[in-house]
Amino acid sequence: MSGQLALALCLLVPALGGVAIVVLGRKPNLREAATLTTAIALFACVLSVLRDVAAGDWQRLVLAEPLPGLQLALQPEPLGILFALVASGLWIVTTVYSIGYMRAKREQHQTRFYLCFAIALMGAMGVAFAANLLTLFVFYEVLTLSTYPLVSHAGDRRAMEGARTYLGILLGTSIGLLLPAIIWTYQLSGTLEFTPGGVLSGNTTPLEATLLLAMFVLGIGKAAVMPVHRWLPAAMVAPTPVSALLHAVAVVKAGVFSVIKVVIYIFGIDYMSTIPAERILVYVAGFTVIAASIVALRQDNIKRMLAYSTISQLSYIVLAALVLTPLAEIGAAVHIVAHAFGKITLFFTAGAIYVAAAKTQVSQLNGIGFRMPWTMAAFAVGALSMIGVPPTAGFVSKWYMIAGAFQNDLYVVMVVLTLSTGLNAAYFLPVIHRAFFRAEDQPPRVEHGEAPWPMVAALVLTASLTLLFFVFNGPVVDLEKVIVDLP
Amino acid sequence: MEHLQILIVLIPLLCAPICVLLPGGRLPWALATLAAWTTLVLALLLLGRIESEGVLSYALGNWAPPIGIEYRLDYANGLVQLLLATVASVVLPYSYRSARREIDNDRQPGFYAALMLLFAGLMGITATGDAFNVFVFLEISSLSTYALLALGRDRRALTSAFRYLIMGTVGATFFLIGVGLLYAMTGTLNMADLAERLPAVAGTRTMDTAVAFLVVGICLKLALFPLHLWLPNAYTYAPSAVTAMVAAISTKVMVYVLIRFLYTVLGADYSFGQLPLAQVLMVLAVIGMLTASAVALNQPNAKRLLAYSSIAQVGYMVLGLSLASTLGLTASLLHMFNHGLIKGALFLALGCVFFRVGSTDVERLRGLGRAMPWTMAAFVAGGLSLIGVPLTVGFVSKWYLVLAALDQGWWALVIAILISSLLSVAYIWRLVEIAYFQPSPSRDITREAPLALLIPTWILVLANFWFGIDTRLTVGVAEQAAAALLGVGP
Amino acid sequence: MISLGLYNYWIVIGLMMVGLYVMISRGNLIKKIVGLNIFQSAVFIMYISMGVVEGGAVPILTDGVTRYSNPLPHVLILTAIVVGVATTALGLALVVRIKEAYGSVDEDDLHRMDNDF
Repeated sequence: MSGQLALALCLLVPALGGVAIVVLGRKPNLREAATLTTAIALFACVLSVLRDVAAGDWQRLVLAEPLPGLQLALQPEPLGILFALVASGLWIVTTVYSIGYMRAKREQHQTRFYLCFAIALMGAMGVAFAANLLTLFVFYEVLTLSTYPLVSHAGDRRAMEGARTYLGILLGTSIGLLLPAIIWTYQLSGTLEFTPGGVLSGNTTPLEATLLLAMFVLGIGKAAVMPVHRWLPAAMVAPTPVSALLHAVAVVKAGVFSVIKVVIYIFGIDYMSTIPAERILVYVAGFTVIAASIVALRQDNIKRMLAYSTISQLSYIVLAALVLTPLAEIGAAVHIVAHAFGKITLFFTAGAIYVAAAKTQVSQLNGIGFRMPWTMAAFAVGALSMIGVPPTAGFVSKWYMIAGAFQNDLYVVMVVLTLSTGLNAAYFLPVIHRAFFRAEDQPPRVEHGEAPWPMVAALVLTASLTLLFFVFNGPVVDLEKVIVDLP
Repeated sequence: MEHLQILIVLIPLLCAPICVLLPGGRLPWALATLAAWTTLVLALLLLGRIESEGVLSYALGNWAPPIGIEYRLDYANGLVQLLLATVASVVLPYSYRSARREIDNDRQPGFYAALMLLFAGLMGITATGDAFNVFVFLEISSLSTYALLALGRDRRALTSAFRYLIMGTVGATFFLIGVGLLYAMTGTLNMADLAERLPAVAGTRTMDTAVAFLVVGICLKLALFPLHLWLPNAYTYAPSAVTAMVAAISTKVMVYVLIRFLYTVLGADYSFGQLPLAQVLMVLAVIGMLTASAVALNQPNAKRLLAYSSIAQVGYMVLGLSLASTLGLTASLLHMFNHGLIKGALFLALGCVFFRVGSTDVERLRGLGRAMPWTMAAFVAGGLSLIGVPLTVGFVSKWYLVLAALDQGWWALVIAILISSLLSVAYIWRLVEIAYFQPSPSRDITREAPLALLIPTWILVLANFWFGIDTRLTVGVAEQAAAALLGVGP
Repeated sequence: MISLGLYNYWIVIGLMMVGLYVMISRGNLIKKIVGLNIFQSAVFIMYISMGVVEGGAVPILTDGVTRYSNPLPHVLILTAIVVGVATTALGLALVVRIKEAYGSVDEDDLHRMDNDF
């Protein structure tokens, strides 16, 4: 398969899958089979892109040229492939999980649900392979709009309000800040292409660059840097598979991924380090890490706690990207993967607890580990990864981040990382403690064991991935070394 | 071949009386549609000729200009004529089913005749190179518009048409006064001739007065804030096909007239250098963009909501031309064309809703996403284009507008454009949410609109995407036109 | 600087203001049309006055006359008058329809009956 064909298929497969889902809407079994097939086919396509790239075929695919000199184009690139691999691979697992979840909950509008999921994945692929800012923006908005029906899925007032906050903040920041930043970039440099070394160097004054950077970081609302983080807790009204794949992996990672791409390919690491106010953003991201952790500490609702934990973890990635050393950039990229595995596991377990025991609060979890051992074991693995304890994935990325911070003598980053590790432990460990070391308060209303098997299978799989990544992270690190020119 | 320039006006003009004579609704409709399609072919041929021969000049009745009336065609009016012909070619096929439902049978021939007169009038305005001729065609199109607006079933259509008649006539008469004063100063009515002679008398009080009357008159007709009061009701209660036609092209033609007078006749140096027109127009445009968008948010009727959005969009066009730069003028011309496509598509989609539901009240849109999927999909697509999502025409023109503003360091304008865009997201989204995420109030099943309405609607929707992706034609023509208008091009 | 020699234009301005005032201040739709007509007439007079050439004769070719007034504005205004008549006719027709639909031709009544306008 030629590189361009594989790239095109990365967009076409989910689109066609969406059509198939609609056509088969009245036959649930076939519909779900179509989703699963699409997910597997998409993963295969991304793998094929990876293979082509490994063989040295970095082909660009031009989709259209809406304005002279401004193309809508795809271009594989290590970071993007990594993001695409994670998103499409976890889509397979999530599909299995959703089948169990949606059927157990007897949810309405399941066809719409699977369709929007497919479109959202198409958006994520577009973001991952975008060759320039314009393309990135287009698919970024596809992702925003296609996830709105997923967030508002329940259709009741609470869901609609949450969805409105979600859409309002994401669209508001992207149109109000990101788009002008893009246009301004174009006006200053005459191009929007992602170019190694950046395009802005020499075209801007320090003040302009500072403003521009702030507009990018805050405009990419999906990265959930405070104060534009409110949409993420609001999005927790969505069904759990949505929270798991989209709001722990695809959507939020699209955000931090975009930030990293802007830092590396628009500003360029070398030029970034000359911008004086770059440090301010380091502090903003650092503040977000700590503040979100503290808020998470006070949450009783499991999904909200996870949401704030996500906000905090996303800012790890932004923070690492802003440290501006090769090792930290690798740490940022690796953390995209590590956090994805860990957080999706945690959301899967939250959903499993909700389906099996109808519990949504941390305080209700006493002794639940004995009824749902697999689930809670997976939760423990995910939690340890969030804290960054070996042998989990979270340790690897934290290692690189701290190493990167040392290279640049950024001790504040180290303080932030250490402090937040403590805070993470403070809100995750009590949950594990409750689940395994406390007796049940009273017998639950319904006798329950584990959730339906597809859900358990999915969460065990992702938990295993979290553990395995600790050992087998070599290929990912090697892939990412390319972007920072490390041997 | 050299008669194409006049034929494009004459064909619809002559069709009008024939339409009245033909019996029933079908024959007049067929004739009018045929005429519209012919003009589309002519418009394309003319654009081709402009490309190969440059500015086209045609002496009406073989009287050599500047004594006789000259028809003069360059890229700017070529583009507008293409828009007019495109919209008419799509709206007329649509109007058959729509008019049969909304207009009494015995009025059908008159309806098509008036539609043809409106079309001929607008074509004439763009075709002519003579200032007084503009007034004549302006009145032809206005009179037929008043009649068409009054055809709406709601009695408020009558009052709104009357109100427009008063304000529109005042506007046209102001324009007439302006032209008269120009003539008094120069002794010519030919635009090219005027442009040559005006610098000699520029700066006199009469000239300033003339410009004031001209600009106010034109701005009344193009509904620039605060002269927009006639527009919302007029759009709301008119028959669907009429709203689509008027909203898509009438105000655009007036924007063209404004550009033509400010740039060609008066010259950019005079209108923007010596007179403070840029500041006045810019401020009004920005206020219009923001307030009209804000007012649109809470409208109880979808057509009215889009009418307010039109006022805001006119603001974009005027803003572009008030920047007096090639980029700004390009943006203005582009948005003129693009917004014609956008509003045409949106109003046609609402016409489909009206056809089945019998109302365009926002409340009545509930659950239509399920009941009329194609119609509402068209509406959403048009809405995205209105917002300015990439790959649609709306994005292209906004892109150029923001670039033009940035180019002159007008940050405040960029912010205003963005706020207005955000507001448009909010009002379009409100309709989408009601149509898709609120259950239908009653059990009765509303069916999808007939294909005779859906196909034209979708043609315009697809045009929105086509010209949003392949912008060579529109951007190319607009850039050349802007360069020529500013006198920096070939 | 006020020159009474150009009294035509003073009349024009006076008529124009009267017309506009009537249009704005009167609620009766017929009176609005009357105001519109006065307003338009003012413009007609302006055009016709413009064509006058000092010492010029009526623009009909006659032997021995070399100075004629400019006929072009007169021709133009003929067109404008036709347009004005058409506008008036259409306006009155609308008033008739409004009377049929509402039973009144007073703007205030119409406002009240529709609760907007």
